[in-house]
Amino acid sequence: MDARLLPMGRGAVLVEVGGTGEVLALADALRAGEPGAASWARTVTEVVPAARTLLVRVADPTDLPAVREGLLALAADLDAPADVAAATPHAPADEVVVPVTYDGADLAEVARLTGLAEQEVVRAHTGSRWRVGFIGFAPGFAYLVGGDERLHVPRRDTPRTTVPAGSVGLAGEFGGIYPRSSPGGWQLIGRTDAPLWDVDRDPPALLAPGATVRFEEA
Amino acid sequence: MPDLEVLDVGPQVLVQDLGRPGLAALGVGRSGAADRAAHRLGARILAQDEALAGLEVLLGGCRLRAHGAVTVAITGAEGPATVDGRAVGWGAPVRLEDGQTLQLGAPTTGLRTYLAVRGGLDVTEVLGSRSRDTLAGLGPEPLQPGDVLPVGRPPARPPTVDQVAPPVESPAALSLHLTAGPRGDWLEDLEALTAQAWTVSDRSDRVGTRLTGQALTRASAYRDRELPSEPMVRGCVQVPADGQPVIFGADHPVTGGYPVVAVVEPADLDRLSQLGPGTQLRLTWS
Repeated sequence: MDARLLPMGRGAVLVEVGGTGEVLALADALRAGEPGAASWARTVTEVVPAARTLLVRVADPTDLPAVREGLLALAADLDAPADVAAATPHAPADEVVVPVTYDGADLAEVARLTGLAEQEVVRAHTGSRWRVGFIGFAPGFAYLVGGDERLHVPRRDTPRTTVPAGSVGLAGEFGGIYPRSSPGGWQLIGRTDAPLWDVDRDPPALLAPGATVRFEEA
Repeated sequence: MPDLEVLDVGPQVLVQDLGRPGLAALGVGRSGAADRAAHRLGARILAQDEALAGLEVLLGGCRLRAHGAVTVAITGAEGPATVDGRAVGWGAPVRLEDGQTLQLGAPTTGLRTYLAVRGGLDVTEVLGSRSRDTLAGLGPEPLQPGDVLPVGRPPARPPTVDQVAPPVESPAALSLHLTAGPRGDWLEDLEALTAQAWTVSDRSDRVGTRLTGQALTRASAYRDRELPSEPMVRGCVQVPADGQPVIFGADHPVTGGYPVVAVVEPADLDRLSQLGPGTQLRLTWS
């Protein structure tokens, strides 16, 4: 896959790739410690995926040139995934099933925007496998990718000042669940009681980076 | 074990240590003391581990009563400090006897005073740190009068330092050094960042220091483009739609959707955390 390196201060580098599927594939390869990465992986202290970019942080800035070379070599050896959900093979045991009550305040609006009946929105949401692309915005707030493309809807024009914890939403190419009450602009289609964030659990996020997620009607 | 009872808090008193590094992929930022050098200096004066938790006091107004003998050290922003009304020094071990009250006044220069506590504050850890992350709402709540802070067991070796010299700030210190950021090309004129004096806004906090000045304009190629969320680091100079830069601080969001056009050198970030509203500063490339 094509990758471009962008500067991010003395102790980190940003890798820009084509999309979230590529970010996932690169993050998976780094987690797995691909052979090309082995020589420099121990100097990397943190890997942070996002939508089109991946941050790689090093402990010692003098290691950065070698890490930059290693990242380019690693990316060159990787094929861009055909689709996001298939970015990596994974065992069904890793799948997180999230029960949802589909009574969200924006369900009718999402149906209107997508041209689907409300029940078809629910079927599309439960009918495909999602993956955690990255976590951002708030602790444990997973940006889910790879769902049914018919569900791509814009954010609300006016964000809500309070979105209740457990709200299940859609925004652009992403799906997500609010781990706690916060302001937010996503289109809300339902809610879940699943414990999304617990600092006394390891990992604290129910939807951890790289995890596979399936929704079902509660 | 001894403890410290909170009698008064000023604008904000937070428990801080060196934060929770390495959790950004879970959406958790590092947080920790905004002026890390001041936090570390306190640990050295008390001859203890830098990882132990102390207090970060914004603009003074903090009163604490010791229950049992507790040794502390004041670093960071300098201001009047007393124990039972008697002045005590900055950058020195100060012993509080059982029942004595420590008062920290408003600093004369700087924003944040640090109180290192020998043995550390033994409040509950969250994800390996006792730091309050004000953006994520993680860690111990901001302190309130009536709170009681348990103090941990002090290290075996006593402090050997009597007092350290306060740092001398020169006018040249109000220049922050930059390295390249990922999206410098999103600005029409990146040099406009370094060509003017910027003023620290009163809307600055631990999340970021907001600067005001002549607005930076986007390059025409990027004017209507939206940037998909990118990972952020402390020191990122992010330029939102209004063209007024924000320099991300200890509690910055782990991802952000506005272009980062430069990154402030780590060595300058501690000083930045002490610059109050109205301070003029310049940005220069390293």
